[in-house]
Amino acid sequence: MHDLSCTDLTKRFGTFTAVSDVSLDIPSGSFFSILGPSGCGKTTLMRMIAGFENPSAGDIRIKGESVLALPPNKRNVKMVFQHLALFPMMTVGENIAYGLRCRKEPKHEIGPKVARVLERVGLPGNEDKKIDQLSGGQKQRIAIARCMVLEPDVLLLDEPLGALDLKLREHMKIELKQLQHQFETTFLYITHDQSEALVMSDNVAVMNAGRFEQIGAPKDLYDAPASGFVAGFVGDATVLEGKLGEVRGSQGRVVLEGGQEVVGSVSDSSTTGDTVEVFLRPEALRLGDGEPGCRLGGTVDSLLFNGASSRILVRTGRHLIEVADPEQRSGVSEGSTVNVCWSADRARIFARRPDGGAIV
Amino acid sequence: MSRDAGRLSLILLFTPFALWIALLIILPQLGIGYVSIREKVGINQYEYGFKNYVDFITEPVYRNTLLRTAWMSILVTALALIIGFPIAWYIAKIARERSRAALFLMCLIPLWVSDLVRAYGWIVLLRETGVISMTLVKWGIISQPIEMLYNDMTVIIGLVYTVILFMIVPLVSTLQGMDDALLEAGYNLGGSRVTVFRRIIVPYAMPGIVAGCIITFMLTAGSYLTPILLGGKNSSWFTEQIYNQFITRYNWESGSAFGVSLLVFTSFVVWAGLRLTGQSLATTVAKE
Amino acid sequence: MQGSRSLMTLYRAYVVVFFLYLVAPLVAAGVFAFNDSMFPSLPWNGFTWDWFFSPNEPKLGLFHDDRLLQGLGNSLYIGVIVAALSVAVGTCNAFLFVRKDFRFKSALYVLMVVPLVIPGVILGISILVLASTIAGLADQWFGVFLTSLRPGIPLVVMGQFSFLVTITSLVIIARLEKFDISLEEAALNLGASRPRTLLTVTLPFLFPAMFSAFVVAFLVSFENFNTTLFLVGSDSPLTITMYDRMVKAGSTPVLNATSVVLMLGSGLLALLSVFAQRPKKQA
Ligand SMILES: Nc1ncnc2c1ncn2[C@@H]1O[C@H](COP(=O)(O)OP(=O)(O)OP(=O)(O)O)[C@@H](O)[C@H]1O
Ligand SMILES: [Mg+2]
Repeated sequence: MHDLSCTDLTKRFGTFTAVSDVSLDIPSGSFFSILGPSGCGKTTLMRMIAGFENPSAGDIRIKGESVLALPPNKRNVKMVFQHLALFPMMTVGENIAYGLRCRKEPKHEIGPKVARVLERVGLPGNEDKKIDQLSGGQKQRIAIARCMVLEPDVLLLDEPLGALDLKLREHMKIELKQLQHQFETTFLYITHDQSEALVMSDNVAVMNAGRFEQIGAPKDLYDAPASGFVAGFVGDATVLEGKLGEVRGSQGRVVLEGGQEVVGSVSDSSTTGDTVEVFLRPEALRLGDGEPGCRLGGTVDSLLFNGASSRILVRTGRHLIEVADPEQRSGVSEGSTVNVCWSADRARIFARRPDGGAIV
Repeated sequence: MSRDAGRLSLILLFTPFALWIALLIILPQLGIGYVSIREKVGINQYEYGFKNYVDFITEPVYRNTLLRTAWMSILVTALALIIGFPIAWYIAKIARERSRAALFLMCLIPLWVSDLVRAYGWIVLLRETGVISMTLVKWGIISQPIEMLYNDMTVIIGLVYTVILFMIVPLVSTLQGMDDALLEAGYNLGGSRVTVFRRIIVPYAMPGIVAGCIITFMLTAGSYLTPILLGGKNSSWFTEQIYNQFITRYNWESGSAFGVSLLVFTSFVVWAGLRLTGQSLATTVAKE
Repeated sequence: MQGSRSLMTLYRAYVVVFFLYLVAPLVAAGVFAFNDSMFPSLPWNGFTWDWFFSPNEPKLGLFHDDRLLQGLGNSLYIGVIVAALSVAVGTCNAFLFVRKDFRFKSALYVLMVVPLVIPGVILGISILVLASTIAGLADQWFGVFLTSLRPGIPLVVMGQFSFLVTITSLVIIARLEKFDISLEEAALNLGASRPRTLLTVTLPFLFPAMFSAFVVAFLVSFENFNTTLFLVGSDSPLTITMYDRMVKAGSTPVLNATSVVLMLGSGLLALLSVFAQRPKKQA
């Protein structure tokens, strides 16, 4: 059974459709992420699940039961807000006990429960601290503890790491994943940061302009994106624009704007004559002579050192191609002439994205 | 939230507002408007017409009192602006962080003290046997004690004193919002002090100036204690006329006509002020 | 920059003179409460507490002067009632204008601000006229005699309430606008009912503003003269009593003593309201 499922969920604000025909099923105990650029409707979707917005159409079921008729305070989904929304006038303990008190749990059980959940998030004995005495990461954990003490069916997290600085964000990513394992609760996590989604999730839905483009495991999204949007949004890629020429099987020949021809696998329904984009992952590229159609010549523009994910930028025509160069082992120098090559099945061809693929 | 609950809470919240505005603001104003156009001709017998207003306009004493109140109020407003602006500027831009808060609080002190006490303080200082007169005699600067109360000068000093806070407070809050870089840019582009003041500071401070002037003007035109106590029986202040008609002569009809005239007049000045400066009531007065 | 240095000194001197001007009458009103003399004027005859505590004429002290004490009592009574009412209605108005959407909202908002720009005297006479008209009609038509609509404490309360609501509303609106609505949603999400959310999350956040609105309303009511003047009956509040005394009996140091008590009282309240706002600077 699914902990949470949505069918054909739609939300319109006046004439504007913020969420459009979204369907998803989240298995019990899994970590599910919704990944999409700012303004694509993620928060709106989550607010419908929590009950703060009424859907214009569609259904939401929690543990198989429709919750559309339930007000927000009767739904057993708890939410970690984008800016946490911890109550500033209450102590840590009071914040965590808030939901228990609302449920009218007996007084003598509340104290121990609060203590236990604080222990589980690694902040034992902090009941009497004021909210503004906590660090960013601690606040984060209290916000989660405040929800988890209520043992929700699903925990919703709306970009909870957005307010943290980079270092702490990296740390909290791992910690969140561990917390989810520990509590064995279903997490629905919203983010516009692809690395957060890829690292933590069992499944990711990529959302664009109110619709789901693809749902899948992180590795599937990365290796087999279903659309140009997903290919561009998930992971790094160099994009070359051109016109699709002859197509044989799944292999297509693309004439680039500079006149060169490259071969790749057509991954959507594009046909001969369409304007398309060729996506090349940095780690699918190497320096050296490949087969005809699977190589481009250029000069080394710059070398970007970043440990295991160091890059070489190669200029061909008006494009800069990103080539993976772990720990700069290739040893090329700036300005030298090189060839970049790949194998045809790792160059993916998609129809040209309408907005030219501006990445947020 | 369900739609019905939303409607219900809207109605619940709207009711006290509506009752307040309707019963205590709008209806009473209509009430004096109504009373002002009737005239008593016998017990519980009335005639309707604009006779009260005609009387008001044709009787020079009344007319002149209104004009005098008007122009003195404008003078007081202008003085308060001229005196208050440098103070507000000092508090907002020159004083250091800590003394700023202290100065601002100092400015507010008289606000917490009743008009009556303030006027009384001036009386103690200024009358013939008052502190200033006696001190001057003692120092041999004057030979006879002099009466400094009961003249227009004193009334104006007292009125400026009463209202100047309401000028300074909005000025300080707008000036504090002004980025110093604006001024530096002004000087940097070659502006003289006068141009910077006229082209940058004044336009920026406009909402504060308008808010301050409106409140100051309203309070002055509507003030009662200060002109009566410092100006004496012949201060000819318009609110005094209203009091006389209402309480002394028990002539509510003409008193109401006076009241309506004052209200129309002050509303007109406020409206004209807002119009001329392109501000709105909600954005200036409500800022406080 | 010699010129600008001396200009600055001049400027500072101006500021100092201004503040002297601000405090001079207050000091004058205060100091002579302690002068051992029948009149609040020089020469200084030595320090005395008589004008506060002396039990007999001719130097009847404030705390034995029944009329003044009665006035003080009335003022306190009126002040507390008016302040409580205006904070209650002001809070409703704040929720109405911050949280709700309805037709003519901006026009009604202006209407809410308008009482601030109606002269107090006019509020006084207009409410007097309306109340008397209604009382007159009730008497004439139904033979009911409505004492509460005749000049007296109920009318004073109405008159002061009519413009204090604007002040309290503006203070509370300013605070409610800073409220992060997701706190309420978080409470609902954690299972709280709407009333409980209001009581445990929203009102505690608003409380400092409600408190200072109460203090301001109380002080303004306490000091009010213009509106009250037309509405008083036999139970006059302190300002009116003092004014009568000033006009009829001339100034005596007992008025200075009253001024001192008033200044201390309002100073204390003002400090209290400042501190109530201060320590809870929530992000
Ligand atoms: N109450 C509302 N009325 C009208 N439009 C709204 C409302 N709430 C959201 N929208 C619109 O719906 C769209 C989606 O908003 P949403 O907050 O869901 O985006 P998001 O994906 O969460 O973005 P972000 O990553 O920036 O938080 C936006 O274009 C927004 O302007
Ligand atoms: Mg969002």
